[in-house]
Amino acid sequence: MFESVGLHHYLVVGLILFCFGLFCVLTRRNAIGVLMGVELILNAANINFIAFSRYSAGSYDGHVFSIFVIMLAAAEAAIGLAIVLSIYRRAKSIDVNELQGLHW
Amino acid sequence: MENILTYMTFIPLLGMFAVLALPRDNYNLIRWTALGFTIPGLIMAIWLYANFDRTTAGMQFMVRYEWIPRYNIQYIMGIDGLSVTMVLLTGLLCPICLLASFNIEKAVKGYFALFLLLNAGMMGVFCSLDFFLFYIFWEVMLLPMYFLIGIWGGPRREYAAIKFFLYTLLGSVLMLIAMLALYFHNDPHTFDMLVLMEQSGTYSRVFQTWAWIGLFIGFAIKIPAFPFHTWLPDAHVEAPTAISVILAGVLLKMGTYGILRLCYPVLPLATQDMAFWALAVLGTWNIVYGALCAMAQTDMKKLVAYSSISHMGYVMLGMATLTPQGINGAILQMFNHGTVTAMLFLLVGVVYDRAHHRDINGFGGLASVMPTYTGIMAIAFFAAMGLPGLSAFISEVLVLIGAWQYSKPLTIIAATAVILTAGYMLWMLQRVWLGPVNEKYADMEDVTTRELVTLIPLAIIVMILGVYPHAVLDLINPTLLALNETVLNATPAVAQLVAP
Amino acid sequence: MTAAHGHEIVTHTSNLLRWIPLLPLIGAAINFLVGSRIQRKMGRGAVAGLATAMPAMSFVLVVMSFLQLKGYPTDERIIIDHVWKWIHIGTLNADIAFQFDPLSAVMCLVITGIGSLIHVYSHGYMDDEPAAWRFFALLNLFMFAMLCLVLGDNLLMMFLGWEGVGLCSWGLIGFWFSEMANARAGNKAFIVNRVGDFGFTLGVFLLFWTLDSHGAGTVVFRELANSVHLIANDQLWGTTVATVVTLFLFVGATGKSAQIPLYVWLPDAMAGPTPVSALIHAATMVTAGVYMIARMNFLFDMAPFTGQVITTIGALTAFFAATIGLAQNDIKKVLAYSTVSQLGYMFIGVGVGAYAAGVFHLVTHAFFKACLFLGSGSIIHAMHHEQDMRNMGGLKNYMPRTYWTFLIATIAIAGIPPLAGFFSKDEILWKAFNYNPAIWAVGFAAAGMTAFYMFRLVFMTFFGECRADHHTVEHLHESSGFMTWPLVILAVGSVFAGFLGVPAALGGSNMFEQWLEPVMAHSAHGGGHDVHGGHHNLTLEYGLMAGSVLFAMCGIFLAHLMYNRKSINPDGIAQIAGGRLHTLIYNKYYIDEIYQVVWVDGSLGLAKMLSWFDKNVVDGIVNGAASVTKLVSFINGRIDLHVVDGLVNKTASLVHGVGGAVRRIQTGSINAYLYVIVIVVTAVLFARTW
Repeated sequence: MFESVGLHHYLVVGLILFCFGLFCVLTRRNAIGVLMGVELILNAANINFIAFSRYSAGSYDGHVFSIFVIMLAAAEAAIGLAIVLSIYRRAKSIDVNELQGLHW
Repeated sequence: MENILTYMTFIPLLGMFAVLALPRDNYNLIRWTALGFTIPGLIMAIWLYANFDRTTAGMQFMVRYEWIPRYNIQYIMGIDGLSVTMVLLTGLLCPICLLASFNIEKAVKGYFALFLLLNAGMMGVFCSLDFFLFYIFWEVMLLPMYFLIGIWGGPRREYAAIKFFLYTLLGSVLMLIAMLALYFHNDPHTFDMLVLMEQSGTYSRVFQTWAWIGLFIGFAIKIPAFPFHTWLPDAHVEAPTAISVILAGVLLKMGTYGILRLCYPVLPLATQDMAFWALAVLGTWNIVYGALCAMAQTDMKKLVAYSSISHMGYVMLGMATLTPQGINGAILQMFNHGTVTAMLFLLVGVVYDRAHHRDINGFGGLASVMPTYTGIMAIAFFAAMGLPGLSAFISEVLVLIGAWQYSKPLTIIAATAVILTAGYMLWMLQRVWLGPVNEKYADMEDVTTRELVTLIPLAIIVMILGVYPHAVLDLINPTLLALNETVLNATPAVAQLVAP
Repeated sequence: MTAAHGHEIVTHTSNLLRWIPLLPLIGAAINFLVGSRIQRKMGRGAVAGLATAMPAMSFVLVVMSFLQLKGYPTDERIIIDHVWKWIHIGTLNADIAFQFDPLSAVMCLVITGIGSLIHVYSHGYMDDEPAAWRFFALLNLFMFAMLCLVLGDNLLMMFLGWEGVGLCSWGLIGFWFSEMANARAGNKAFIVNRVGDFGFTLGVFLLFWTLDSHGAGTVVFRELANSVHLIANDQLWGTTVATVVTLFLFVGATGKSAQIPLYVWLPDAMAGPTPVSALIHAATMVTAGVYMIARMNFLFDMAPFTGQVITTIGALTAFFAATIGLAQNDIKKVLAYSTVSQLGYMFIGVGVGAYAAGVFHLVTHAFFKACLFLGSGSIIHAMHHEQDMRNMGGLKNYMPRTYWTFLIATIAIAGIPPLAGFFSKDEILWKAFNYNPAIWAVGFAAAGMTAFYMFRLVFMTFFGECRADHHTVEHLHESSGFMTWPLVILAVGSVFAGFLGVPAALGGSNMFEQWLEPVMAHSAHGGGHDVHGGHHNLTLEYGLMAGSVLFAMCGIFLAHLMYNRKSINPDGIAQIAGGRLHTLIYNKYYIDEIYQVVWVDGSLGLAKMLSWFDKNVVDGIVNGAASVTKLVSFINGRIDLHVVDGLVNKTASLVHGVGGAVRRIQTGSINAYLYVIVIVVTAVLFARTW
């Protein structure tokens, strides 16, 4: 009855994490919050990569990709935070609903 | 020192990047750095002068690298007796002009960077032996000149700069067409000037004539020959002093240099046909017309500009004669005009810096106020008049001697300029330097040390070449005699080579 | 032919020769570079001393060389000093080289001898001049150039000196340049000389190339003399080449030696300090033309027509300048016109082929004219730069030494025996008579006038009551020793120089002509033979001599009556022909005014016209081309705008309209974008699944 942990479990965890991330991105008004959501989404993708890698035929592609994604996430966070910081300096706000200067 | 010519050309270019990397506000650092990058050119010019083989007519210090093999474009540099004087002149005038530019206060960094680019371009034109490379340098030089006149010039600088640019560009286009015609005429296609010269016997007379006209108009604009000369007075009047010096001292020579480098050896048959009307008659007209126009000017720089037109006429007349005297005189005149006119422009610049105008009638009695300045000025003026014992006399008399053998009427007309030149030079001297002191300028400062450093070397050269012209003549004579022979002995190809 | 001309020339070399011109050059260089400092620290004497020492040392060298030359046999009397190669191109070979032969020796002795005296004199004359260093530097430079002119061994070296003296003359005439008139006079001299130089150079070119066509192209004098016979049959422009060359060269001589039509600069040149007038515009530079013709005698002998031209011009100049001299009131102007007139005599001499006689007159003239100019300088100095003779008079009481020397020189120039002028002038007149009596008649008339106006000058300045204001009279004094001793030496020369060339007719042997014989050896002895042939008609020669002396006496007597006894009123004579003649002469025949209008204004007008042409026509075409291009591009632009661009614009406005409607999608809100992304991605995914 106690089924061993399989691929589906991992995918469900990944899906849940992705949904949290997406929810965070869509609802947060604070730009830093949005960025954190993006991190969650990326990590959800990482879980999927590792899981697929573990349960497929012995290739390490998934591991490699996840390491890439971690690096990408780090870079994205750094640049993203820097942009947020300079937006804050200019606009004195990081509320994404107020930052609508890029429209027509 | 195998690559000496390459160094001479590209060290100023390095200097340009170095200057660009410097902080914008440290004027003195920029100035001295720029000067530092022109000094190697001068040193290498002196080295070249010492090590130049005076017995051969061939190319020396040659280097040859593949550049764009697909189109058979090579990087060839080398000098012979024809170009060595121009390389020396460029090497000499660039540091002097740079020093004379130290009073530029506007956008200093840009000025000196452009100046160094100009220096590289000029050196490249005189050294390159691949037509394509030659053309590139020719155009490279145009760009900084445009900005140097257009940004740092006088009130009508934009007009003058655009006029200069368009005029020269027109010439360049014609030159480009002639260049491509020559390129495609040879099989295998080549831009190598030495090959073009060797193959000159295979070009038909008609082809030569058209190519000659194309090249000639391109070069005549630079000389500048009547009627393509009107850009010159405007450019001179508007350009800052040092740029005027470069313009008159080096850039004008490129026209006559180009004719001798390309039209003469590559298109000798056409040269035989065209020399009389295009060079001798036009040159004589230049001499007299320039002198008379100079007489009517009231702007000092404009007067000197027209005198340049007059003096460059001697070069054209001399080279047209195809006599040893005439052609040697022509090259020597190019060199001497470079030094003498450089002095004249520097001297005018000295007054302009102090009085901020150049109206000949607006001065008077400066000789009492600035005695040292007047002494140097007298050397330059009398040299320009062709006084024996000073350099320009030798070249003018050689040109006229050669011309006499070639055409007596033209010589007589050209020789009247001896009187006219004395007329306008002395008249200007009288109105500006002699007579009662103009109270407005009664306490004008005499030449400063910096100005003396720019003037004295030129004055010394002018005096030495007056009594020992062989210092230059020995360099150029073998090459020019060979060039003469090439043109005089050229005969139409008897039978065109046809592939079986 | 070859036997006569092609003989080997034996020459000697000496490295001493170069120092003759070089020493004054060194002096000039020192004074130009550091003269003002020397003058400030060590006084004017140091500057003057240095400047005087140089030509004096040159004089010693000249005397040494002269003695050396005298030691050689007559046909070996050439010393060469080759310094370095100057211009060697093709067949043209000209060197920095000096040649000392009997003719050069005579010229050098005159130049350095009289030149040194004038340097000494200048020390006295320029005693209150702040820029004395510049004066002496230019004077030394002049000595250098003049010595190059007479010592140069080729035509180009001669030309170097030729123009060099012109430069120094320019600088010294305009020495007091803060007066515009002085500066203008200097320029006039230089430019008029340039007209002559123009001819000179063309002559050199033609000679060189004609010889070159015979394979003997050269500009060196001794080689020219040897090979000039080659061109005897060459023709150009309907006459012989020799004629054309000599005419060209003579144009040069008229410029430098102030002959018709180029004499106009010399009277104006009196604007310079008086020692300059004495040295440059009387004794040395203006005689360069005579020297040149004597130097090129072998060529001039081949061109009899040129000889006629020279003689005619010389005679006319001698006559017209003398008439102008009659009516001048400026003391220096009188002397200037007298110089022009005397130069005319020299040209008569060389024109008829009596080169030695021409050069002889040059030498004697150098003595008495230098003495006269220096004397007038002494007067001007004492009178505080007053030059108008109408304000002088009675000066012999105040300035006895000046008076006596001046009187001696005046007698010499008037041609009264046994002073120098008599011998040299009569020699020329005698040669001229043999050549063409008409020329003699003109010269004879001019000689009488010379005597008249020179004594008019003497009477007006030294005799009678002093007409100057009291202030000047009170300060009248004899000049210092620096000024009077040179006068005395020159006066002695004016007395005795003539004995160098006492003609055979008067029992002399004409040493002077014998001395110059080697230089003239190549010439065919046009008039030179007449000396020896003269004894055929001794009576005539004596008669002519007596006639000219008598005529000169008449002139002097007339001057005495008019200006000393005042028994004839000069104004009455001036009123002859309604005073018009006097006005004409007084205004120098309006030649200056005519030249001004024809040449100066003419070329200036041409210059203005060409400049207008340049600015409006040539440049107009350029700017016109630019304008046409602009117009074409404007029209093209309009077509482009309304036709071609019309279509483009219609398309564009359509896109624009659509864009305007659609752009509202861009809200700028990140959230909105994210929602859209999520919805679209989801939609796509579902679409794929189904």
